[in-house]
Amino acid sequence: MVRHVIAPVDELPPGTRKFLDIDGRPIAIFNIKGEFFGLLNRCPHQGAALCEGPLIGLAQSSSPGEIEYTKLGEIIRCPWHGWEFDIRTGQSYCDPKRFRARAYPVNVEPGSAVVKGPYVAETIAVSVESDYVVVDL
Amino acid sequence: MTSPIAGGVDCDLHPAVPHLTSLLPYMNDYWRDQVTTRGMTDLVSQSYPTHSPISSRPDWRPAQGKPGADLADMQKQALDRFAVRFGICNPLYGVQMVFSEDMQDAFCRALNNWLAKEWLDKDDRLRGSIVIPTQSVEKSVAEIERRAEDKRFVQVLMLVMGDMPLGKRAYWPIYAAAERLGLAVGIHAGSAYHNPPTSIGWGSYHIEDYVAQATAFQTQLTSLIVEGVFARHPNLKMVMLESGFTWLPAYLWRLHKFWRGIRMETPWVDRAPLEIVRSNIRFSLQPVDAPPDPATLNRLFDHMQSDELLLFSTDYPHWQFDGDEALPPGLSPDLVRKIMIDNPLKTYGRLEFAKEATP
Repeated sequence: MVRHVIAPVDELPPGTRKFLDIDGRPIAIFNIKGEFFGLLNRCPHQGAALCEGPLIGLAQSSSPGEIEYTKLGEIIRCPWHGWEFDIRTGQSYCDPKRFRARAYPVNVEPGSAVVKGPYVAETIAVSVESDYVVVDL
Repeated sequence: MTSPIAGGVDCDLHPAVPHLTSLLPYMNDYWRDQVTTRGMTDLVSQSYPTHSPISSRPDWRPAQGKPGADLADMQKQALDRFAVRFGICNPLYGVQMVFSEDMQDAFCRALNNWLAKEWLDKDDRLRGSIVIPTQSVEKSVAEIERRAEDKRFVQVLMLVMGDMPLGKRAYWPIYAAAERLGLAVGIHAGSAYHNPPTSIGWGSYHIEDYVAQATAFQTQLTSLIVEGVFARHPNLKMVMLESGFTWLPAYLWRLHKFWRGIRMETPWVDRAPLEIVRSNIRFSLQPVDAPPDPATLNRLFDHMQSDELLLFSTDYPHWQFDGDEALPPGLSPDLVRKIMIDNPLKTYGRLEFAKEATP
């Protein structure tokens, strides 16, 4: 597993997502209310750019007509066929046994740790005063 | 051909009401006078025009009167001929067409009492379906509760084309009553003609109506599944009668595909539609809309992914097959047993218990 430095935290404020290509893999990093998530930008169904879809909540029901809406902003909906995936785990909700999106752990690390390595910093200049978004691939 | 085996259950028989006046003894004084003084003679629906080929096999057509109106004919041509243990009577009479819920209720009660007295009382093998005045859910539930005391009634009968989509929650008290009382809900081909018999409007020809029954069944299945009827009533069995079943795989592919994309619209549908069909929906055998080629038919059964979906039916006296070919060619003996005996007995829980409890 290689740790890649994606961006300074300030460049990815809450509600934004960043698309990048790491070793030929299309990856998207999301900041959702201060929490960071990484997902392979490829839908396991038919290969669409999954991470370009809208972020919605999870609709569940224990009784017809009554909807419990949770995980607000944590479900990504594929722009091609509307399938829902949990951004934390990659779990699909229409066919969880057969389909799962690839999720990657993302953390925030202080610059002092990042400069020590072993990190791949891509083209980002790292300074010890800042915090950085780091993804494990 | 595949030979039927003895001891089966014919799940779709149609005893005919000879004439509206046949129901007069089963109406109260008020309705008896209404029918008589208004000069009402019969309730004739376009669904099965008397002289249309579909309405009766030529060799089952009586010299006089309506096909299916004579018990002795039904015994000889269907019950004895196919050596069944039980036959379920699904009267198709135009009571659903009436717009007054009061009149509809009076006619349904009369029809159900007529069935008990003129048919069920006269042959131990016969079982009945409760015809309900669907314009009033309250009256429908009352009629179900009244007639369900007679354990020979094993099913509630509705038409595939009524007033509203059948999944609508206004109808749910009907399904709750059926589930509570151990009755299946049968949905039979036919229209109340309160809406056009196709979703695109009124056609010109009988063939348009008859072929469109299959699409009506599909639309109703979608409604029942996505509205959540089986999430609320997991033990309810619904039987599609005279629906055909060869369309099922392609229809389910489509429903499944779109459910996966807009699951969040109906999150109470927490299983794939195919799984709901397998657990809650059954289909009567006739008509079989497939070429008489065992390989084609067995491929279709593979697609259906279950051997529990089909229930034997002759659709008597409708003309769906000739001779004794009630079963399509190429069925394995195991499947014949399931279709004719096991599946109906599992679907209609009341069949096995009706004998000792019959009043």
